Amino acid sequence: MTDKPHLPLPHLVVVGNGMAGCRAVEEILARDPAKFRITIFGAEPRVNYNRIMLSPLLAGDKSFEDIVINDHAWYTDNAIDLVAGDPIVAIDRARRTVTARSGRVETYDKLLLATGSDPFIIPVPGHDLHGVVTFRDMDDVGAMLRAASAGGDAVVIGGGLLGLEAAHGLCLRGMRVTVLHLMPTLMERQLDEAAGWLLKEELERRGQAILTGADTAEIYGQGRVEGVRLKDGREIPASLIVMAVGIRPNVKLARDAGLAIGRGIHVDDHLVTSDADILAVGECVEHQGQVYGLVAPLWEMCRSLADGLVAIPNGYSGSVTSTKLKVSGIDVFSAGDFSGGEGCEDIVMRDASRGIYKRVVVKDDRLIGAVLYGDTQDGNWYFDLLRKQEDVASIRDALIFGQAFASGGGASANPNGAVAAMADDGEICGCNGISKGKVVAAIQGGACTLDAVRACTKASASCGSCTGLVEGLLAITMGEDYTGERAAPTACKCTSFTHEDVRRLIIEKSLKAIPQVMQELHWTTPDGCASCRPALNYYLLCAWPGEFVDDNQSRFVNERMHANIQKDGTYSVVPRMWGGVTNPKELRAIADVAEKYQARMVKVTGGQRLDIFGIKKEDLPSVWADLNAAGMVSGHAYAKALRTVKTCVGSEWCRFGTQDSTGLGIRIEQMTWGSFMPHKFKIAVSGCPRNCAEATIKDIGVICVDSGYELSIGGNGGIKLRGTDFLCKVATEQDALDYCAAFIQLYREEARYLDRTAPWVERVGIDYIRQRIVEDAAGRELLRARFHYSQSFMQNDPWAKRAAGEDWKLHQHLAEIRPAAALIARTLEVA
Amino acid sequence: MEPEWLDIGPVDQLPALGARTLPVQGGREIAIFHTANGGIYALANQCPHKAGPLSQGIVHDTTVTCPLHNWRISLVTGEALGEDKGCVPVIPVKVDGGRILISRAAALAGVA
Repeated sequence: MTDKPHLPLPHLVVVGNGMAGCRAVEEILARDPAKFRITIFGAEPRVNYNRIMLSPLLAGDKSFEDIVINDHAWYTDNAIDLVAGDPIVAIDRARRTVTARSGRVETYDKLLLATGSDPFIIPVPGHDLHGVVTFRDMDDVGAMLRAASAGGDAVVIGGGLLGLEAAHGLCLRGMRVTVLHLMPTLMERQLDEAAGWLLKEELERRGQAILTGADTAEIYGQGRVEGVRLKDGREIPASLIVMAVGIRPNVKLARDAGLAIGRGIHVDDHLVTSDADILAVGECVEHQGQVYGLVAPLWEMCRSLADGLVAIPNGYSGSVTSTKLKVSGIDVFSAGDFSGGEGCEDIVMRDASRGIYKRVVVKDDRLIGAVLYGDTQDGNWYFDLLRKQEDVASIRDALIFGQAFASGGGASANPNGAVAAMADDGEICGCNGISKGKVVAAIQGGACTLDAVRACTKASASCGSCTGLVEGLLAITMGEDYTGERAAPTACKCTSFTHEDVRRLIIEKSLKAIPQVMQELHWTTPDGCASCRPALNYYLLCAWPGEFVDDNQSRFVNERMHANIQKDGTYSVVPRMWGGVTNPKELRAIADVAEKYQARMVKVTGGQRLDIFGIKKEDLPSVWADLNAAGMVSGHAYAKALRTVKTCVGSEWCRFGTQDSTGLGIRIEQMTWGSFMPHKFKIAVSGCPRNCAEATIKDIGVICVDSGYELSIGGNGGIKLRGTDFLCKVATEQDALDYCAAFIQLYREEARYLDRTAPWVERVGIDYIRQRIVEDAAGRELLRARFHYSQSFMQNDPWAKRAAGEDWKLHQHLAEIRPAAALIARTLEVA
Repeated sequence: MEPEWLDIGPVDQLPALGARTLPVQGGREIAIFHTANGGIYALANQCPHKAGPLSQGIVHDTTVTCPLHNWRISLVTGEALGEDKGCVPVIPVKVDGGRILISRAAALAGVA
């Protein structure tokens, strides 16, 4: 091998026998096969193979022979000296030599570093146990195959591309696989939240367990791996752990040699390092602040490098990257920047029935990013538009429908043109089999709004994906008479559905997560807005008690912090005082808290509770702990929920009192506390018609009379003063409780988010409420039962959980900067 | 020499679609945001309207809605969106190896 005749050619030594090193050599040979004498050092004892084919190899679709790029004959034919299995350990730049592990020294004229990258190992306890592997080379695949042949459980740490491919392969090899991913959605670098969520759903359907937000605490086992323990305490048993959390440029050799290093080896536009005789290419380099982990940029670098060495210099100017892949047969594509932002316009298309999500991001009439899930056919077209920075203004309206449509003339035409051109028997609504003719007939028959068309034809009333088509037909058929306005407002600007539609469809289609609602109901924004997210969170919570996992980040700050934010950014805290009754112990605890945490004011609220003002965010958990210790729980004064039940003293003290209004108030509050509602909710119980508890301006007012209890609803002392409507009179206290529960549940199930009872009652009418609560006894009983079922999950004091340490991070600063003093934060110099 | 970038901790300590705070002694507090796509942004923790703590708002796309009066502020430019007018200082941040680095000069701007 070493006895090759020395030709009078400059010696090119390549460190790295991987994809970049060999491709660079190929490019050089293609330009001038007689320019250099070439020696390639490789750490692995193999010829050059296609690393991105490791996944099919693991999955059993390919053998090693299939993934070899250059076999031994190629090295021989091109007079390349391959030194495989003997990595270079040192560079002597002064003497222009490299030294291999075996001690072999080679002199170079030009040195090319193609050292690639190393898999990142999370340094958790147990990371060095037997049975923990990475997914980077043939040896890793060998280890995984050996483990898989024994079957059992595998855990893959890392829900990026590599991790998912490893999981897929192991699944096909018969292992039960759990993927642990730190971030909330899979492949967050390539996919946006919506697409990442769809991918998770699909992989789970195919039998993988996917845990997102999963932070590994340790890998446990005696001698060899037995499982993984997460920071939240969960344990996942496994005999094989694959770490696929990322890679980092392998710069050790270059750093030891004193080359300029950032995140990778610094190179200029011709891939030359800070030493003119040393070049670098591939994943180990940093070019203009960028490092790349994909194969396309690597090919571009190799071309520029070869041009710079042997032909006309043709500088490398960085790469725009795209990812197109099939994970478990699921097509996914992403390119460019899809993080959105200022001046960016998102165009989102969701086709729920075909499981498709597409999103393109346009800025200044140029495409800057694209994410495709389920149908990636147009990926290359988008990528092309993106790379060439073509002006897309003329095809803007048709862009999301893909190349065929956008370049097929439908583009610049009126967007309604396609609908107008449809035949009368053409299908508009696939769910209900409604033709264009039927919809047009309905419109001509007087259905002049989307809701009216939905009501009389069912078109767009199921999955809603044809809403745009129906609106187009309304516009075409009615001309200028169609205002485009719907009678009921849409839930927010992200959707064409009304609140009522959304609530109905959540139940009908059994939607149980926010991203699922957004996908199935064709949301036009990637992750909603500050209006729809809290609404969806509430609707799901109401629809699926005990099942839906509350989304903290879709809650307004007061509910996230379980306290009221005030104008100076501090919080106020209201402990519950059942029925407005307190005692010395509670008062003492409140006084102590006010002193200890330097509250700036303690005030009696309009609902007969004490509000402690001026508490710092950091102090909230200890304030709650102290109040809990005195037996008090959260008053939910911050929440869209039952806040207070105001009472008078009633028959126990008052000379006019007819019933025990205080006792009833306490019982109602004990039944109702913790229940989330569309808006804040207040109840009052007065012991006689003098109405000292002001029950007639509350959401529910109970007025005790000699013969029983008068119930009234829909009052509001807010911006628009509204007295209650009389609902009915009941005879017993239990009836009063049951009617209250039924009414609250009706309001919870049917009102729009952020509607108080007053506007809701005015909209639906008191007759409707009476019919549901008073006349329909069976219906009332069902509502009451659903309320109590829901309450069985809701009556947990949120303060207690936080005081015990849940979500403690929310209350802490991330770090602190102290100028000109010892920095708490570790400092890091980045060149 | 003073470092140009300060390491303020790992990305995974920020809730996705959430924010945490970074007090600066003698200066104004900074809010660090984490978007759904994993993007990290930093703004002065004060809405230009009535100085609301932006870190406590709802994050959606690359926007935060102020918890006090629902002004929408761009995490990218710091500008108020829609009809509202105003701007919050943006502090350059970057992520390296899973850690958040913040521009020292921008973070300390305004420190007496």
